[in-house]
Amino acid sequence: MRSFFRSSSPLKPSPFRMLVSYLILGFWAFLILFPLYWLFITAFKLPAAVNNGPFYIPFVDFQPSLHAWEYVLGEVGNDTIRLFTNTVGVSLISATLALVVGSGAAYALTRFRFHPKVGTILVFIGCVVLAIVLTALGAPWPLSVAVGIALFVVSLFTLARRFKRALGNSDIAFWLISQRILPPVAVVIPIYIAFQQLRLLDTWAALIITYVATNLPIVVWLMRDYFANIPYELEESAQIDGASRFRIFNQIVLPLSVPGLVATFLFVLVFCWNEYLLALFLTNARAQTMPLAVVAQNATRGPQWWYMSVLVLIMIVPVIAMAIVLERYIARGLLVGAVKG
Amino acid sequence: MATITSSASIPAARARISRSERLAPAVFILPAVLVVLFISIFPLILSLFLSLSRLRFQAGGLEVQFVGLDNYRKLLLGNEQKVLFGVLGEPSLFGWAILACVAASLGLVIYRTARRQSVGAIIGRLLASVVLLGLTYLIAATLFAPEGRPGTLVVTMLYVAVGITLQYLIGLGLALLCAQPLPGRRFFRVVFLLPMMITPVGVGYLFRMLADTNKGPLEPLWIALGMQDFAWSNNAWGARVAVMIGDIWQWTPFMFIVLLAAIEAQEVEPVEAAIVDGAGSFDIFRHITLPAILPVSTTLILIRMIEAFKIIDLPNILTNGGPGTATETLTLYAYRIWRALDIGGSAAIAYILLFLVTFIAMLYVRTLRNRLGTT
Repeated sequence: MRSFFRSSSPLKPSPFRMLVSYLILGFWAFLILFPLYWLFITAFKLPAAVNNGPFYIPFVDFQPSLHAWEYVLGEVGNDTIRLFTNTVGVSLISATLALVVGSGAAYALTRFRFHPKVGTILVFIGCVVLAIVLTALGAPWPLSVAVGIALFVVSLFTLARRFKRALGNSDIAFWLISQRILPPVAVVIPIYIAFQQLRLLDTWAALIITYVATNLPIVVWLMRDYFANIPYELEESAQIDGASRFRIFNQIVLPLSVPGLVATFLFVLVFCWNEYLLALFLTNARAQTMPLAVVAQNATRGPQWWYMSVLVLIMIVPVIAMAIVLERYIARGLLVGAVKG
Repeated sequence: MATITSSASIPAARARISRSERLAPAVFILPAVLVVLFISIFPLILSLFLSLSRLRFQAGGLEVQFVGLDNYRKLLLGNEQKVLFGVLGEPSLFGWAILACVAASLGLVIYRTARRQSVGAIIGRLLASVVLLGLTYLIAATLFAPEGRPGTLVVTMLYVAVGITLQYLIGLGLALLCAQPLPGRRFFRVVFLLPMMITPVGVGYLFRMLADTNKGPLEPLWIALGMQDFAWSNNAWGARVAVMIGDIWQWTPFMFIVLLAAIEAQEVEPVEAAIVDGAGSFDIFRHITLPAILPVSTTLILIRMIEAFKIIDLPNILTNGGPGTATETLTLYAYRIWRALDIGGSAAIAYILLFLVTFIAMLYVRTLRNRLGTT
């Protein structure tokens, strides 16, 4: 009996602890899987089987039907495929770009010291306000942008020098994350106007630019912590051997932070994949994404649960496949080997 | 755009610093700064302008009228005040006790600051304390008062506080369990990620199906509890709890996966050494794992906090903000009056949210920086 509470090796949990762990993990897995099971069987139910009360087990409680799948993949199949391609393309490109740009910035914030001058920032904000006011007064926007940039460059070398105070790295990081505070409802009209002027509405580019910008702060903040945990001695010895910063970043830092990179990539991918409000405003036909289709099933006849379930299932299968493939990279001990070797 | 200096931490290599090396910091950080600047500063300024104006859709197009702080006055003092702040009542004994505790601890902080630090620090802390005390009074007078009714502001903060706390604790517990060498843990890891993969609007509809007391899968449970006629959507607290459960279900995976990655990335040697020395698993967690994952945790909570303040899809789809405005969050409120074409008022709410979250986030970052010496 005593061995039940003791483990055979110091690194392994005892059988008792394993049992408790499995019970808790199993309980939470049930809480997660049950709603998904319900979603799954709803996708195979006829409207009558949904509306007449809870039916749990296919073939026993109710007769499964493929009607919803036939509708989504057959009747409106071309639309579904287009929406799906858009979702895949936009979110893969956005997530990759955000990871590339963001991890560079995160590395810079952990390894270099920046001193953005308060004066520069004030002058910059002043010029942006001026450009917007000029546009509001009726000047064509390329002109006001040009005026703003010119004034910025001029005052950078005159006015901005008078302010001595400088900010630090943590202020830059805070500024980045604060860009996510404003809710999409408030940003959607300005962004719409901006992309309208650039003639990019209803294109992948509009969505990708917006998604990269909105997800960059998350990438920077998460990767900053992973980079900070990498022992600096590794980089020092590489630097003494004459490796450039870019080489150190590509060949030492990035390979060592694979778990963090994978987790962050997965998040950003999922956020882009599932984003609704911005996609609603920035697209109207060609570049629409899947979440719009899900909401569109709540039509005048009330929510079409069966179509909705099919669409949600189609949406999650690829992401799950990706999570299964990438999960093994979030593995233990990557750092340890490097320090030892 | 800013003066950038590379920290010369490695003297040996300094002599050979080439031009590309000197530019390296800028090359690393500028793309991110420029992209964020491009997409953020224009909306920020334009929506500030919108929040100070009234838009009318007319036959000829759009008419913009500058109205100054009118939109804010309507929200903070005018007829929208009851929606934003709720109905204030006399706090109960418990409410007064909370208020007293907060006031006492703030007083202690200011007393300590007054003894050690400069005038600027004291003024900053005094201002922060006044705002915090005001928020606490608002919570005490709406949540912990017999006649009070919370408005969208307090409801949003409630969702954030309860959601983040439970998500973090559950996520941490699951991550610790999953980090053990258990057979089959890969299965659990993938399963635990699933809710995050579903589009938030999809989660809203899914929970609307589950929460149906008539046709939903939990109907037998409701009957067993004698609650089959209980319409939770007509009960303010029932509806709020439903929203919070949905939120926890959906966002615990985020906490889980980041904490798991952090636990897995920690070095193995200290843990092995501690085991050899006979340390218990709680000691190992308390003295080795927790300090290792603390930096990631603070970031994680900050990110989730900022996201959670913007919660909209769940209350919108699950309860439509109802009953009344009982489950309405600030963002949903902004969205509702946005659809009623009051663009200016909507932008004003968004700016109130911006001020509130910036205040709380700065307070959080500052406090942690003082405490932990990190971030």
